[in-house]
Amino acid sequence: MNNLLLIIIVTLVYLMITAYLGYLGYRHTKSETDFLLAGRSVHPVIMAVSYGSTFISTSAIVGFGGAAALYGMGVLWLTFLNILMGIFIAFVIFGKRTRRMGHRLDAHTFPELIGKRFESPLLQTASGLMIFVAMPLYAGSVIIGGAQFIAQKLSISYETALFFFVAIVAIYVIMGGLKGVLYTDAFQGSIMFVGMIILLVSTYWMLGGVIDSHQSLTSLAPEGVKVFGAKGFRGWTAMPEPGSVFSWQLISSIVLGVGIGVLAQPQLAVRFMTVKSDRELNRGTLVGGVFILMMTGVAFTVGALTNVYFFNNPSFGKISFLAANKVVDNIIPLYIHSAMPGWFGALFMITLLAAAMSTLSSQFHTMGSAFGRDFLDHGMKVKTKNPVFTIKMAMGVGIILSTLLAYFLPRFFEQGSAIIAIGTSLFMGLCAATFLPLYFGGLFTKRITRAAALAGFFTGLGAALFWMLFVYSKIAVPLGLCNIIFGVPTISAKIQFVDPIVAALPVSIIVTFIVTMTTRPPSEDHIRKCFGDN
Amino acid sequence: MLGLSGIGVLLAYTLSIGAALLCVVYGVKNWNVPADDVVSREVAEEKTWEQHEPDNDGEEL
Repeated sequence: MNNLLLIIIVTLVYLMITAYLGYLGYRHTKSETDFLLAGRSVHPVIMAVSYGSTFISTSAIVGFGGAAALYGMGVLWLTFLNILMGIFIAFVIFGKRTRRMGHRLDAHTFPELIGKRFESPLLQTASGLMIFVAMPLYAGSVIIGGAQFIAQKLSISYETALFFFVAIVAIYVIMGGLKGVLYTDAFQGSIMFVGMIILLVSTYWMLGGVIDSHQSLTSLAPEGVKVFGAKGFRGWTAMPEPGSVFSWQLISSIVLGVGIGVLAQPQLAVRFMTVKSDRELNRGTLVGGVFILMMTGVAFTVGALTNVYFFNNPSFGKISFLAANKVVDNIIPLYIHSAMPGWFGALFMITLLAAAMSTLSSQFHTMGSAFGRDFLDHGMKVKTKNPVFTIKMAMGVGIILSTLLAYFLPRFFEQGSAIIAIGTSLFMGLCAATFLPLYFGGLFTKRITRAAALAGFFTGLGAALFWMLFVYSKIAVPLGLCNIIFGVPTISAKIQFVDPIVAALPVSIIVTFIVTMTTRPPSEDHIRKCFGDN
Repeated sequence: MLGLSGIGVLLAYTLSIGAALLCVVYGVKNWNVPADDVVSREVAEEKTWEQHEPDNDGEEL
């Protein structure tokens, strides 16, 4: 009971601080005409931590942390790519160009940026609709992570935790989603950072130090091989057997799906357009790199090490996957609950709430503007009396869709699936296949054409959907459409574990390139408008 | 090495730390790049752009 009281008090204090910071930022925005000049004095650490906290969510900590408990420390390849692609290349290379082009074209959303870059209202409309329909998959995964943790912590049903969690997030998002969320994001990011440092240090200390912990995990390999050996598992401190089921799942979905997909995330690309100057991006790179290392690096390392804890703990005596009754997304919550003191469990719950809220607010905001502004207003030319209200309504629908998915996804996937990791990887892979070739081409070449951008977008979308529905067993088998039409669970048993991004992205790149070479380049006037005098 | 059994995982562990260090070095080196005059110009551009933000379309900030 004391534990519950502690959690309620800590949660309320956190929410009050968050609400106050949000209000401060809102008031600051409305009363200052030189908001941006005042904003220039905001410390760049705050800027970068705000970006990082948007990027990292419960998906990373609970979902992929759980995946690391299953697949091992090989998931750290995703940390490497998250830092290299998601911070360094995103900030230094993509970010600066996105900022400049966004300003020149007066674009305020990602669909608007690519729509104006390619002079294609169709591209803006289609991408807006795609984001609105597909992003609930990612948002739903983030919600699952938070709800799963709360259910474990408070010993309540998942459904009850889901309702409680979504209610808090919805209030925050609908009240927030304004400029000035910067301060709350930075506050949340700071909590996340402190929480993860404590988690890492405690875990290593509990298990005997860095090298001894790793050694214990290495020695435990035979226990894992008993359970997963047939799928190519070789231990948590080794990569799986090349070409095996685990190898494909780890490398193609978890590592590549997110590691590459991060570059084409609409809600992150927009952040670059709101950054005040290139200097901020440079400074943000330093903070972002450290932040992502401490978030994902810690989550994945601790995730894998939970196996040592659970196996050696007499209350469990099993590896993590079995200790959590094969619910991968419950491994991290169970570990926090069992291994860490009650006060840390409360702090960690706030850490997860913070991670989820900062990510979900930007996702819902992106969904809202994708539907309200890009699809309805600019695309279908449906003019509403109050566009801001329309966006907020669309946000509300997005919240409902995401919650429904958070409810149904655990029932949809087979037991033992890393649901959060799958949902996140699928969305990111879809974004990569549809947006990355045209986004990269649009920023870095003057030759790419409107026809090529459209062809690449629709080909990537079609290829990804086809692969998900008829080849990728994680989706195709429970969905059953392939079985209905072709009488087989998936089209090919040999490639059923290969993630959609592996097929759809190369196809999209090739089509974009071929159509570019066979269609007329854009006018010089338009190119000058997009690139300036560069 | 480091108690890890596979070279793949060892590489992932060390490269992750290496990538973060790359970000730190880059950030330190470019902490004051570009200079103030360029930043002022960029902020002025941003102010114009901000006026067309969906949340406050046309409102003077």
